[in-house]
Amino acid sequence: MAYDYDSKLRTDRLPTQWCPGCGDGMVLKALIRAIDANGWDMKDVCLVSGIGCSGRISSYVNCNTVHTTHGRPLPYATGIKLMHPAKHVIVVSGDGDGLAIGGNHFIHACRRNIDLKYIVINNFIYGLTNSQASPTTPQGMWAVTQPFGNIDQPFDACNLAIGAGGTFVARSTTLDLFKLEKILTESFKHKGFSFVEVFSGCPVNFGKKNELGTPQKMDSWIDSIIVPLAKWNALSKEEKKGRFPIGILKQDAEADEYCEEYAKLVTRIQAEKAKKAGG
Amino acid sequence: MRKLKASGNELVALAAKDAGCVFFGGYPITPSSEVMHIISNTFPSEGRVFIQMEDEIAAICVALGASMSGAKAMTNTSGPGMALKSEQIGYAHMAEIPLVIVNVMRGGPSTGLPTRTSQGDVLQAKAPTPGDVKTIVLVPGNTEECYTETVRAFNLAERFMQPVILLLDETLGHMARDISLPDLADVQKTIINRKVNKRDDYQPYNVKDDEPAILNPFFTGHPYHITGLNHDQTGFPTENAILCQKLIDRQFKKVDAHLGEIERYEKYQVDDAEYLIVCYGSVSLAAREAVLRLRKEEMKVGMFRPLTLWPSPEKRMFELAKKFDPQNILVVEMNKGQYLREVERSMRNRPQFLSKVNGRPISPLEIIEKLQEMHHGI
Repeated sequence: MAYDYDSKLRTDRLPTQWCPGCGDGMVLKALIRAIDANGWDMKDVCLVSGIGCSGRISSYVNCNTVHTTHGRPLPYATGIKLMHPAKHVIVVSGDGDGLAIGGNHFIHACRRNIDLKYIVINNFIYGLTNSQASPTTPQGMWAVTQPFGNIDQPFDACNLAIGAGGTFVARSTTLDLFKLEKILTESFKHKGFSFVEVFSGCPVNFGKKNELGTPQKMDSWIDSIIVPLAKWNALSKEEKKGRFPIGILKQDAEADEYCEEYAKLVTRIQAEKAKKAGG
Repeated sequence: MRKLKASGNELVALAAKDAGCVFFGGYPITPSSEVMHIISNTFPSEGRVFIQMEDEIAAICVALGASMSGAKAMTNTSGPGMALKSEQIGYAHMAEIPLVIVNVMRGGPSTGLPTRTSQGDVLQAKAPTPGDVKTIVLVPGNTEECYTETVRAFNLAERFMQPVILLLDETLGHMARDISLPDLADVQKTIINRKVNKRDDYQPYNVKDDEPAILNPFFTGHPYHITGLNHDQTGFPTENAILCQKLIDRQFKKVDAHLGEIERYEKYQVDDAEYLIVCYGSVSLAAREAVLRLRKEEMKVGMFRPLTLWPSPEKRMFELAKKFDPQNILVVEMNKGQYLREVERSMRNRPQFLSKVNGRPISPLEIIEKLQEMHHGI
């Protein structure tokens, strides 16, 4: 029997607005399957997105969805989650939304370890606004604001998340949908803040001027910059340059989760108050 | 009646609790931090949520997230923080999310005079964000009103599904006095809670052209969409010319058509007055004193002060102006005339003006001297 995507999608909003060859649709597909794999009822799911191509993902998923302002989906989602700790709150950003304008919220959400499922679709460019350089645009590559080749040092978003205290940190790509689904499923299972960076192709607004103007070329390029985690440590410093390990890079299931810590605080204070009133 | 000694900031925190606020997102800023201090101390023991966020923007975002999902929410700030919250205030207007924002005004612009008083954010409160928004701004004029106007701010936010700005000044925020408050049971009788639509054909923005949106609580089987883009009655983005016009028209009309529920002002000793002071906030305390002292000297002075600053009571001011010689009307503000222009526009005349922008309060004596000058035609 064919997989039932329709019950989890707003089919009347389709087709998506994304360009041909865009990886965002792949993430949408994997995300739906990961929700299903966790057995979540769509009634208990809220999807929050920011601004950018990735931001439009919230239009297509059939649950309470919020298309917030540029860079701010994490604090909006934090408010939703704190009021509904038993529900599942998924947050989707792009590399511009999550790592540039929203960078402060990203590191603090990691630090707080609040149970949000954060996915950053990294296509290495501001696609929606026509190809400006992002914090992940590789050095030497063209962007409309780096017409002579990018000289900015790019972020390694996963290292940033680990440094900020993230408790589940993983990197995947839109090249292998089964691996992406598996990683998202694992990240959704994690109790605490989970961060999954997804390398994704943008042949139209990133690829075209970088001689990667077809989905095939775009995917081949992504393939050339990734290394399975198992092989990563064997690489020399030179071999690691400009390349990124993929897989689950950090998983700490024991860390205190924020909503649970808040609930414990409430219980403790109420007990102390009752004791005082009684004694 | 409840008798207590409290400052304005303390009363804002108490009123928030009494009004049913269950979520507070904050960020430290002088001179409003005490609101957050008290909330952080009182909310957890009642199972309400307090969180201190990483910046001013996150503090309003987190409160809006809580509010859109169904909770009464609040955030605190002062002028520089209002500037940072600007974009999210626009989002709350566009998506119709209730929120109470308390701005305890300090000297500005920029870092200005963080610990001193001002009314410099009056125009910022009127137009705090890009685009066309119809803000509701309340301004308490004494310590008790820091409580009552906070309760009213929550009621108006839930009724009209938009942010309500509560403007205190540093003087009101920090000045502690012995006061009497209405009993909690009486306050609770006045509380307005937001509407819910349980119909199967529910659409959040499918409402009459002068009514606010109805945002059902999240996770209750109404999988609707919220966006800051122009949207149709379902909540999904649209660029349809007719729908775009209708959306903004409705967001204005929902306020303009119900001014009776929003407007509040005080007329003090106006009936027989020959001179009129127009002021608001802590300045009205000095003005009231000036009225009393001048009346002892047989000078008939009265005071008009809005408690709802925006939308302004323009019709009241227009009617009032007819009774006075324009030379006998005095506007007093701790800014360079941010409300003066609104008074001029409403009264269709050019009143006298007394202003101070050095972070110090305006004293009764200064107002008395100005009125005596006017009286003697200097």
